[in-house]
Amino acid sequence: MEKEFEVVDHTADVVIKAYGDSLNQAFANAAKALFSLITELDNVDEVVYRDIELIAPDQESLLVQWLNELIYLFDTENIIFKRFDISQLGSTQLKARSYGEKVDSARHKLKTGVKAATYHMLKVDKTNGCQVQVLFDI
Amino acid sequence: MPAPWQEVLKKIDDYRWEIPKSYKAGMLVPGLIFASESMLNHIWQDQVFQQVANVAFLPGIVDHSLAMPDIHWGYGFPIGGVAATRVKDGVISPGGVGFDINCGVRLLRTNLTEEEVRPKIEPLVAELYANVPSGLGSEGKIRVSEKELNEVLIKGSRWALEKGFGEAEDIVATEEAGCLKGANPDKISSKAKKRGIPQLGTLGSGNHFLEVEVVDEIYDHDVAKAMGISDVGQVLILIHTGSRGFGHQVCTDYVGLLGEAVKRYGISLPDRQLACAPVNSAEGQDYLQAMACAANYAWTNRQCITHWVRESLVKVLGKSRRELGLEQIYDVCHNIAKIEEYTVDGKKQKLCVHRKGATRAFPAGYPDVPDIYRDIGQPVLIPGDMGRCSYIAVGTETAMKESFGSTCHGAGRVQSRAAARRSLRGADVARALRAKGITVKAGSMSSLAEEASEAYKDVTEVVEVTHKAGISRKVARAIPMGVIKG
Repeated sequence: MEKEFEVVDHTADVVIKAYGDSLNQAFANAAKALFSLITELDNVDEVVYRDIELIAPDQESLLVQWLNELIYLFDTENIIFKRFDISQLGSTQLKARSYGEKVDSARHKLKTGVKAATYHMLKVDKTNGCQVQVLFDI
Repeated sequence: MPAPWQEVLKKIDDYRWEIPKSYKAGMLVPGLIFASESMLNHIWQDQVFQQVANVAFLPGIVDHSLAMPDIHWGYGFPIGGVAATRVKDGVISPGGVGFDINCGVRLLRTNLTEEEVRPKIEPLVAELYANVPSGLGSEGKIRVSEKELNEVLIKGSRWALEKGFGEAEDIVATEEAGCLKGANPDKISSKAKKRGIPQLGTLGSGNHFLEVEVVDEIYDHDVAKAMGISDVGQVLILIHTGSRGFGHQVCTDYVGLLGEAVKRYGISLPDRQLACAPVNSAEGQDYLQAMACAANYAWTNRQCITHWVRESLVKVLGKSRRELGLEQIYDVCHNIAKIEEYTVDGKKQKLCVHRKGATRAFPAGYPDVPDIYRDIGQPVLIPGDMGRCSYIAVGTETAMKESFGSTCHGAGRVQSRAAARRSLRGADVARALRAKGITVKAGSMSSLAEEASEAYKDVTEVVEVTHKAGISRKVARAIPMGVIKG
């Protein structure tokens, strides 16, 4: 399988690069990268899902808002998501269903808290396959 | 071969280095880095110069885009950055405050000595860990309704006091008396409230901590005494946390909103994370009112934690509050924007001072310094990493003249979290700390590795620069004995 995402070093925070044949896939892999920072996803089951619909001024903002929405759901509902089905992704709107389960401290070891996705070093690149880059404040 | 930064920086003196306006087209003012020569090699690798230069693009910025010696690569603003913009025609940037609004440090004194506490450090750390909610995903012991949360946002520390968490003296010894004026809960999204409600009274994770430490050096006995620090060997308690998910959401919301304002006001920026709006615009004022809410949330948070720290010490040491002498020395915030007055270009001006990983450092005699410290200057609290030491300093006149009443806020990272995890194991870090006489309890072993000494600059080097440059003056040093990490 092609590489889904990678974590790039940054002194204080974390930068992720996510890849995909389509932008939908790259956005989904960016979300997977986010939750892989929080915990090991192998131990997470697909028990619950949440629907997200977003409108943003541009595609880069859409990526930031998408990830921040997931951080918000993790923070308020303690849900770790592991699979992301992005059914619609335009230049200004996104529609997705994300699957995962609530944190079970017996099975899920939480690693890193993520405060937010930022606009710093933000990239949405469709020239050579699809690639996105995001810096998370942690 | 000369170091690469030598082509860029103009040396002012051993601790001041200027980034000229010519470094990057669009800079409105030069940059100024407070650092020693040996620190510059790392700062250079870290792309911090670019970030200092980018901040100099903010409309209305005056004097210099400043960098404290603990500076490191952040997002938008560097961490350890200070920028002052004119209120009348300048901007405010939520990125210049950061996601953890009013992340800060609180220091408590005790009458206890190292000899009394060391034999009980294991149970004390265990009790603190049990009594102060910490770690990722932890929920507080306080249950507030949305209406009560609104009161927290308006009143700050005073709310905690009314609920029995603390004493009037704590508020006196808190920056802004624990309440930033102008807070307006109507400017807070329901998302921020939803994140904030369960997390009130929690330490959090990452670099936040609670530390039992012991004074090992006093540089200025008179000033130390005025703070209630009399001897080497005296035990202190340090609390480092902020506004939790509440502040993170406020910043997320307003970076988005002000990103749109940037277009409306025709502002051009080199980095979208610097999103801003004129201080006097509706968007700018909305952010200031929301930021004040988050600042007040953070002070309430530290106030509640202070209460549980006191409870824990009473329980484990078997002495009364009075006998323990558990008084608050001071509480500073190091992620904030404040409207303050400074003389720039010979004129007194109202400025919006962004402190992103920088501590206010007002000198003796200033009205904003509480009466109890009016003769010595505002206490400055500078935590180091958990294996080294932390410093207590005071503000100076030089800070008022050169750094908008600001100094450093900590050690500053040198190694990424991932690199620290790759090279260190949490269990080894705990063992190494134990060998140094430091008991540590952490929510996760990986966070322990990420926060190891090796990942940080030596705080002593940082504090030496601020001391020698004169933007704060060191008073005492303390070394950790027990650490709780989220």
